[in-house]
Amino acid sequence: MPHNLRIALAAALAGWLVLPLVPLAIWSFAHGWRFPDLWPRDLTLSAWRYALSDTAGVTASLALTTGIALATTALAALIGIPAGRALGLHQFRAKPLVEIVLLAPAIVPGIAVGLGLHGVFLTLGLTGTVPGVILAHLVPTLPYMIFVMAGVFSGFDTAYEDQARSLGASRWQVFRHITLPAILPGVLTGALFAFLVSWSQYILTLAIGGGRVQTLPLVLFTFATSGRNDVTGAIAMIYILPGLFILALTARQITGRSRALAALR
Amino acid sequence: MTEVVLDRLTKTYPGSPRPALDRLSLTLQSGSLTALLGPSGCGKTTAMKLIAGLLDPSSGDILLDGQSVRALPPDRRGTVMVFQNHLLFPFMTLAENVGFGLKMRHLPPADIARQTDAMLARVHLTGLGNRRPAGLSGGQQQRAALARALILQPKVLLLDEPLSNLDAHLRADMRDLILDLHRDTGITTLIVTHDQQEAVVMADQIALILDGCLRQSAPPAAFYTRPADAEVARFFGAVNFIAGHAADGLFHSPLGPLRLPGDAPAGPGTLTLRPESIRLGPGTDNTLAVTVTGLNFLGTQTRLHLTHGDVRLQALIPPADAAALHPGQQITVTLPQTALWVLPPG
Repeated sequence: MPHNLRIALAAALAGWLVLPLVPLAIWSFAHGWRFPDLWPRDLTLSAWRYALSDTAGVTASLALTTGIALATTALAALIGIPAGRALGLHQFRAKPLVEIVLLAPAIVPGIAVGLGLHGVFLTLGLTGTVPGVILAHLVPTLPYMIFVMAGVFSGFDTAYEDQARSLGASRWQVFRHITLPAILPGVLTGALFAFLVSWSQYILTLAIGGGRVQTLPLVLFTFATSGRNDVTGAIAMIYILPGLFILALTARQITGRSRALAALR
Repeated sequence: MTEVVLDRLTKTYPGSPRPALDRLSLTLQSGSLTALLGPSGCGKTTAMKLIAGLLDPSSGDILLDGQSVRALPPDRRGTVMVFQNHLLFPFMTLAENVGFGLKMRHLPPADIARQTDAMLARVHLTGLGNRRPAGLSGGQQQRAALARALILQPKVLLLDEPLSNLDAHLRADMRDLILDLHRDTGITTLIVTHDQQEAVVMADQIALILDGCLRQSAPPAAFYTRPADAEVARFFGAVNFIAGHAADGLFHSPLGPLRLPGDAPAGPGTLTLRPESIRLGPGTDNTLAVTVTGLNFLGTQTRLHLTHGDVRLQALIPPADAAALHPGQQITVTLPQTALWVLPPG
């Protein structure tokens, strides 16, 4: 590919991703920005001041969203690592079926999953509760975790675990000292996906939380539909920051192949 | 010093119609070095993993000094297995690898460092402790894997094909190192190998396994002079088999009556003798007139193809003795009484 074309494509991609955010960023500082003005009349911090105040509930929602996303990620890892290991290391007859069932929640529309889950969670008393929302968030996050881990384990030689066992390591010590260092980059990748999928979940939170569990996307939507463009812009900025932060922090882990795992192959 | 007793140890893998290892009963004398010998896929590595606790036996038992260890997990058995391809942990340094087992026992770091240094010196790896396994030669890796096991002073050391991944010139060094360490530590050792030469040179006792079954366990020399059956004899390079009948210390066959050693079994059977046991020229008895049908120069020996009537024999003789021989020549050979053995028929 010619050098210029490559730069142009990169610029187009960056523009495609970044440009929609620009009006939001401007909105968050705007005071009286009406059609057909190209630029707001005044710039102000009032929207930010409001968004960060206790009355808006954004900070509480931020903590709640973070907590739910972290809990979802931890649970997804707890289930996804052993499940991915089973799928990655073992061949069994029902494997294609199991893979389809596991992948299904990522394919089926969220609203269908949400409505189905709502009926079940209602009888279990989980609707409108944070644990209920966390469990619902597992539905779209687990497939990512499981399939990332299945890929990691398909390149893992379990003889190293046997060797460590024979050298006197307990099952936990084997996991801690041998397995975990080898799969850690994969776990981080899966956890990143799980965190962001949970973080951006709207339909399932609404369906299961019933409006009582106010995560950031729900708060954002409330302000967007009420016409408060300046506050919406400020919340949107807060909303995308963790994603960008995590991405920047782990980009190297995702793209760079784990040296430990490569050596274990 | 630990005595190991395997009692009808059997392993059938799920979905397999035949056991990979079928009722293996074997005693490893305390402090001995035993070789588990057999072609690849005969079940010998399965046996080793059963002893190490890495596989559960389908039936049978494993006793260390009379105590069953079948219920113990691999980390509590006191056995350490060294795998065929060294399996050094790639994300640890050499010293961390060698000290791994001690770290799992929660020894103080200073003790681990001291013991690791001593062990590295013992296997000629002094000064390489900070290297990663990938930066070492194959011989160094294999020695490090051995050090990592020995540092734990196991009751039983299990070595799976310890020489097979090494170049020919490194094999003798590694073999001597293993024998040295075995002599110094007195650890009861089991070696799995497919190489009968390796087994003969290293082991006090060889257990030959074919198709999952123990065929003979005995000191190395017995496999040459007193093989249990024709298949065992063939595995050790026997080529002369003559069907006949043993009675009153004589073997009757198309070769005529031949005098047998006193402990040879009587009845119908197959006579065998090593090709290197056949001597040129007449002896006191068991002298045979034969025709030379072919000669193969093998370097240090010459293979002599002989016939007596319809019976074919092979002999290995020094090349100098073969210089005067040519195909078609009638000669006399001696089949020494002590070199003969009778195998069960079939």
